[in-house]
Amino acid sequence: MFALVDGNNFYVSAERVFRPDLNGRPVVVLSNNDGCAIARSNEAKALGIKMGDPWFQIKHLEDEAGLVALSANFALYGDMSDRMMSLVAGLGHRQEIYSIDESFVDLTGIRGDMIRRSRLIRQRVLQWTGIPTCIGIGPTKTLAKLANHIAKTAERKLGIYPEQFNGHGQDGSIAQICHLGLLSEADRRTLFERTEVTEVWGVGPRIGKQLKDSGIATVQDLVRLDPVTVARRWSVVLERTVRELQGTPCIDLDHEPPAKQQIACTRSFGRPVTEQAELAQAITEFASRTAEKLRRHKQQASQILTFVRTSPFRRQDQQYSRSMVWPLVRPTQDTAVLVNAALEALKAIYRPGFNYAKAGVMLMDLVQEGFAQGELDWGEPSLPNDQNTKNRSRVMGAMDSLNTRYGRGTVKLASGGTEHARLNPTGMPASRWKMRQERRTPGYTTNWQELAVVKG
Amino acid sequence: MVQRVDLMAELIKHPQASYLLRIRGESMRDAGIFDGDVVLVDRAITPRSGHVVIAVVENEFVCKTLQLRAGRIKLKAANPTYPDIVPKDSQTVEIWGVVVAAIKQFNA
Repeated sequence: MFALVDGNNFYVSAERVFRPDLNGRPVVVLSNNDGCAIARSNEAKALGIKMGDPWFQIKHLEDEAGLVALSANFALYGDMSDRMMSLVAGLGHRQEIYSIDESFVDLTGIRGDMIRRSRLIRQRVLQWTGIPTCIGIGPTKTLAKLANHIAKTAERKLGIYPEQFNGHGQDGSIAQICHLGLLSEADRRTLFERTEVTEVWGVGPRIGKQLKDSGIATVQDLVRLDPVTVARRWSVVLERTVRELQGTPCIDLDHEPPAKQQIACTRSFGRPVTEQAELAQAITEFASRTAEKLRRHKQQASQILTFVRTSPFRRQDQQYSRSMVWPLVRPTQDTAVLVNAALEALKAIYRPGFNYAKAGVMLMDLVQEGFAQGELDWGEPSLPNDQNTKNRSRVMGAMDSLNTRYGRGTVKLASGGTEHARLNPTGMPASRWKMRQERRTPGYTTNWQELAVVKG
Repeated sequence: MVQRVDLMAELIKHPQASYLLRIRGESMRDAGIFDGDVVLVDRAITPRSGHVVIAVVENEFVCKTLQLRAGRIKLKAANPTYPDIVPKDSQTVEIWGVVVAAIKQFNA
């Protein structure tokens, strides 16, 4: 069994922890340069605001409906994510962090009442961090993800699904927590019939439309198909999805559909790691892999999050968990820049004397290649000039094709080499960040000067 | 092995639930919390009567001593010149967290 745990409207929920005045109001968080909506509160969704809506198109709702728009505060989201993730890790033995607000937890070997266990974890995350979560459980990752969607929808929109299911916890409710493995086949069918096929993990808008055009509109329509036919008629990727929906796990780490708006690479180490050099090696690999993915999707990242943590299951160990968001001077897809930023962050968060069990890198605030605005000279002598940048992107392209052809890691950056240390293209403190972020909230948990104020 | 006292480990019992907030105002002076102090707040602790807490009153953070009597909540100031807060029946008060330490910095 797998669980997929995610934070509801995560960026908005993180903001609300320190801004109780935002509770009950429509709130959106805007991307990079205050461009478009990347997170919406339920109230904002109810106003009809869609993911990705450009700010200028919804700005009128400020006056008309009391909409509050905030510039993304990635330092805050990174810190709150770190708190949430390390608590969620307690649900099972192995956690895979999928994005800033979602992680899969492998429940193999966990016995007892899973609904109760999930409820306890959910309650703890809510009390300790203020972030509401939903938990979906199923025999495959695709089913866990679907269960999570159902749990969220059942909570937000009454009337779509029946309110009670036999055998599903004490009250039979599937809101907030939905465990497909506990439901009868008939009950599962009821849920699948009422869920659109486009909600399935990995079914994008394009393939979703193709499916709908051939009369496959609901999850139930898709589950019923024969995987072999699906492979012939559509793709091997969709075949895997169908098999997963039917209960056969077949999506490994490398074949996971990418998370929206972010690219992550995280791993648990096989044995405890204590040395910074060893962590740096892992972080270099993770950052390089995310950069590759970034280029494959023709995107650029504006923020990079790096984290390290110990294992909550080694109770004899002193626990430590820390993450850091590093804002980049400009959106980039350059491996060297991203690796450098991740290593700078590692330097800042690494503490000796701990048994590290897990580390990772996440790219956030993604923009399409070529979308980045030309900017003024930043007056940064150490920054590569435009010609340099162009050459660099050709180097990156060559690197990718070599790695594709001869296997991952054929060509890689020699991390920590003096060349990069001198280049230091990213060592920007947040104050140098000149993007438009007029509506950004303070670094409540990351800056001593910006702590939330309490009336004493 | 004997190790140097770790201030963080002594003060922070639940790292994921610990937050720092800055006090503005003198209403908790007699509890030793002054204007400009930073308080360490632990959200993992279940608030009990007598705890110094951070509460949300009318969408604002306030720091007061929690008093629970016969199921009624009172937020007591620790300074005679400041009024206590007694929520009306229609008012909801959220206890955001429990204050476990106050940090004062001196000019040095």
